[in-house]
Amino acid sequence: MKQIIAAVFLLPIAAAGFAQDTGPLEVDVVGGIQAPMAVAVPAMPSSSGDTAVGRQIAEVISSDLRSTGLFTPLGPSGIDSYSYAQASNPVYATWRNAGAAALVSGYVETGAGGRITLACYLFDVSAGRELARQGFAVNANDWRRAAHKCADLVYSRLSGEQPFLDTRVVYVAETGPKNARVKRIAIMDSDGSNHRYLTPGKATVLTPRFSPRGDKLVYMSYQGRRPRVYVMDVVTGTERLLVPGTAFTFAPRFSPDGSQIVFSMASGGNTDIYVVGANGGQPRRLTSTPGADTSPSFSPDGNRIVFESDRSGSQQLYVMNYDGSQQKRISFGGGAYASPVWSPRGELIAFTRIGGGAFRIGVMSPGGGGERLLTNAWQDEGPSWAPNGQFVMFYRTAQGSGNATLYAVSINGGQPRRMPTPVGGSDPSWSPLNN
Amino acid sequence: MKKTVLIGMAAVALVACAKKTPPAEVPPATEQPANPPGTATDDSVDLVELPAMQADLVAKAGSDTVYFSTDEYSLDDQSKATLAAQARWFLANPSVRGSIEGHADERGTREYNLALGERRANAAKDFLIANGVPAGRLTTISWGKERPVALGSNEEAWAQNRRAVSVVVK
Repeated sequence: MKQIIAAVFLLPIAAAGFAQDTGPLEVDVVGGIQAPMAVAVPAMPSSSGDTAVGRQIAEVISSDLRSTGLFTPLGPSGIDSYSYAQASNPVYATWRNAGAAALVSGYVETGAGGRITLACYLFDVSAGRELARQGFAVNANDWRRAAHKCADLVYSRLSGEQPFLDTRVVYVAETGPKNARVKRIAIMDSDGSNHRYLTPGKATVLTPRFSPRGDKLVYMSYQGRRPRVYVMDVVTGTERLLVPGTAFTFAPRFSPDGSQIVFSMASGGNTDIYVVGANGGQPRRLTSTPGADTSPSFSPDGNRIVFESDRSGSQQLYVMNYDGSQQKRISFGGGAYASPVWSPRGELIAFTRIGGGAFRIGVMSPGGGGERLLTNAWQDEGPSWAPNGQFVMFYRTAQGSGNATLYAVSINGGQPRRMPTPVGGSDPSWSPLNN
Repeated sequence: MKKTVLIGMAAVALVACAKKTPPAEVPPATEQPANPPGTATDDSVDLVELPAMQADLVAKAGSDTVYFSTDEYSLDDQSKATLAAQARWFLANPSVRGSIEGHADERGTREYNLALGERRANAAKDFLIANGVPAGRLTTISWGKERPVALGSNEEAWAQNRRAVSVVVK
């Protein structure tokens, strides 16, 4: 188990053998994507003659592209493959006739020491020209990583957005009846593969969140029947109490540089926000207003913190400087606002809006303007940003059963997409882009 | 709720936090299966429940639980009467401690409900202290919305889940 985890971190994907195409970026398939674009993703040939791996890689790329909502992948099932030589020199007419606007092709080369290189090409079928190419060298066991990197290359080149498909998700895996639910931290690739549990379920755990480098988690656990914040090393599994003693600490998040953790501490019926070094030290108090100040989240530049407080009488969103100064309310719509999270691009804050018998995920600017609601259900909450700031993952609780399910939604709208978890899930945290 | 199985990660926590009375038996940390079959929640490794004493509290004080209105943590007259009876019981049973545990209904966000549960637990604890129970014998925990007793998604169920429970522990 741990060796698999380590592999993800310790084996960087080397860009090998190909220089990035330096041609102009403007092509007719870029920009203004409204309807999903048809992209052919045929099975890839392999230097070893093994057709299985090239088909599996194409399946992962196809699935990744479909998950973005921007593409309608064609293949690998139902369309023909191509020869090794045609991987970099496609017969455009074939793919035009298949109805594709773009083609993802490539090949798999088996190297020494159990390594493979995935050569990934993207072509504009309509214009008959290459848009991008890159090679990804990985251990053969990590072929999925290479496929995700190829899909990210395609997504990024065609959408103009930063990549986000080669990422992981941690969340609270929930099993068992509503009044005795077992909650474990689980980690998986963002397409649901390589799923494993990081805590055994003896103690209830909540709100796991990645460090900015993706190598640590901060979360809350009831181990010892004492709810407190812990930091876990994802690779080794070791964990450490954040604030020594029995103080009730919760709602933790890393600062953008990973050096600090901001969290809530409750005492005597009052909850305030504190910040402490990620490796320990004396917590520094940032809020002191009577009320429940919680769910703090740093801006990506580290200069400000958004949080929620009920100091006005209902849960509302506030922004303050990193040192606690200049606390200013930013939410003024009807109902209540909760669990704000600052976008990694800085220009939006995702939140949970409570009102009208529903809990909905929305976004607004850090100044409080431009509010848009992205979901509509009985109870959606707990937003977490994709590293490119284009998608928000959250969890949806079913009325009655209380069963929780992870979803992701584009900030540009559209239907939320259910995340492929093997069991119920809540409190997702989207990792940064894998190394 | 199961009791006192202390394994693996819990041991780390015990080392990390200064405990007055460490458990008598601390098994060595062992490798946990990734997905142990039949795993049940066990959050009570540190504060040990005393079921017989708990039953005695319920019998003598009338109830171990007080209830709250939506998003509120003030005690009504009935709750105060219950807690006053609980205080008398704690004073008559000086060998045990109380873990006052606050809960919220499911219709709130997770982290806010943790804060709300702490307010409720604290309100009950403060009343017990005002009625003579030494503060050093009482601790508080918030379970937020994580431990409902009523399963429905309706006002009747939520009213039962908005509560503070006095759990007798040693």
